[in-house]
Amino acid sequence: MRERENLPEKLSKLYESYGYLRFKMNKFEEYDTYVKNKSFLTSDNVITFTDTNGKLMALKPDVTLSIVKNSKEAPGLTQKVYYNENVYRVAGNSGSFKEIMQSGLECIGAVGLYELSEVIEIALESLDETGRDHVLDVSHLGIVSSALEKAELSEEGKSAMRAYFAGKNVNEAEALLLREGASEEASRLLLELMKLSGSPALAIPKLEALSKADDYAACVRNLKEVLSVVKSEKVRLDFSVMNDMHYYNGIVFQGFIKGAPKCVLSGGQYDLLLKKMRRNAKAVGFAVYLDEIEDAQTKESDVDVFVLFREGESVSRVAETVGAERAKGKRVLAGKVIPDGVSYREVIVIEREEKC
Amino acid sequence: MLNVALPKGRLGEKVYGLFEKAGYECPSLLENSRKLIFENEEKGVRYFWVKPSDVAIYVERGAADIGVAGKDILLEYKPDVYELLDLKLGVCRMAVAAPKNFKDDPRKVLKVATKFKNIASDYYASLGRDIDVIHLNGSIEIAPILKLSDVIVDIVETGKTLKENDLEVMETVCPISARLIANKSAYKFNVEAIEILKERLGKLV
Repeated sequence: MRERENLPEKLSKLYESYGYLRFKMNKFEEYDTYVKNKSFLTSDNVITFTDTNGKLMALKPDVTLSIVKNSKEAPGLTQKVYYNENVYRVAGNSGSFKEIMQSGLECIGAVGLYELSEVIEIALESLDETGRDHVLDVSHLGIVSSALEKAELSEEGKSAMRAYFAGKNVNEAEALLLREGASEEASRLLLELMKLSGSPALAIPKLEALSKADDYAACVRNLKEVLSVVKSEKVRLDFSVMNDMHYYNGIVFQGFIKGAPKCVLSGGQYDLLLKKMRRNAKAVGFAVYLDEIEDAQTKESDVDVFVLFREGESVSRVAETVGAERAKGKRVLAGKVIPDGVSYREVIVIEREEKC
Repeated sequence: MLNVALPKGRLGEKVYGLFEKAGYECPSLLENSRKLIFENEEKGVRYFWVKPSDVAIYVERGAADIGVAGKDILLEYKPDVYELLDLKLGVCRMAVAAPKNFKDDPRKVLKVATKFKNIASDYYASLGRDIDVIHLNGSIEIAPILKLSDVIVDIVETGKTLKENDLEVMETVCPISARLIANKSAYKFNVEAIEILKERLGKLV
């Protein structure tokens, strides 16, 4: 439990150490902000209500859109902000709204190689803060889309292919390429990309050898340069990372920690979102899903000491015992009955003094 | 240790047979029918039987690292998992069936009875056809006979059940077979073990 409370603070400290400033946002914003970029959100559903002036408002389902909207623009300027906010959206398969604690950061403006590698480095350090074994899968959407272009697939074929990439579904990808009559060269490239997974040191030379096409090679070079300064062994190239290509371009990544079944960190370059918002800047960022991490943390006891006393016990005796334990830095809960579902390390029973 | 969720029933036994041939045997699995979890420490596998439609849930939520699920279940529930291999077992197809001499009137909303609500909706949406989905849990074939629906969308293996109820296949929605699936996170941390297993199974199918 303590771990979990500390994680957002630890992350804040980490982000501040890289010069990121805290972004604090309102609980609700105009619905308009979200509706225009609905598919950027993790889920389409937004809690809305009408404000006193008749405006349709929304409880924030996402932080990135507000940060982008509020960011300033100037040549050469990069703005770096982080957040620790509750967002409201439909969680998983539950079908109902949940309040989800989310941390993350955004870097908007003149994003170049340095900024990209810095963000990947911070993502790795964020995973490290969970204290668990972790992996950061990195992909480059430019590589995937240039390979997809070459296969000359139909629109449905392309979107099916993206889903097969995300699911590492080589069997069905093969069948689709055959059905749509993609060239042997293009098919081979796509299938090899799907199968490729491993450390950048091993995977990048393989990537370079796969194709010599200009747009493809430029993307591989970009990926290589960004990863050249990232020294962690926890990075893997894996093209199953498939963020929405309407918003994301370039480098994208997903983080996993051992024990959590789903990805706990997700992000990438989203220049296309800014383009859609008629902005000239570039952007990269990521979000950490604290709820998924919390699920994986082994639960510590709720309190250290439970002080059990009887009805009519002298107040000062109870207060003394509680005070003495608290002074040792312990978390103390005093009561006459131990409540159901509260876990503790030890119990101190205050026995009634024998009256002689 | 890899946790493997197998679908209970006939398909599951065939699937286990394949795992056995690939060198992941667990003899105790066939002996005791009451137990649900079986382990072969030496081979690094732990099997458990679950309801076929639940396999994807066990895998998606990480209770199982890998599992074997029918493509029908994967299409219906769209779990966020890796679909690593087509095991080519339990081969059948998802199809639209209707009473013999049924004529589809495109001006009317088509009533479709099915266990696979999402597959049926997705299929007809791709055709741009307006439908009324009637979600049933079993005995789908009876729906058109009792005029509950116009057609059904269901799994067809031999077509025998359809024939006995005077129904016939109108369209094939998609082919179905058993797939090896993996939890995305578990895959990251057991990539070698899972890839070796996939390769060995792949050689047998």
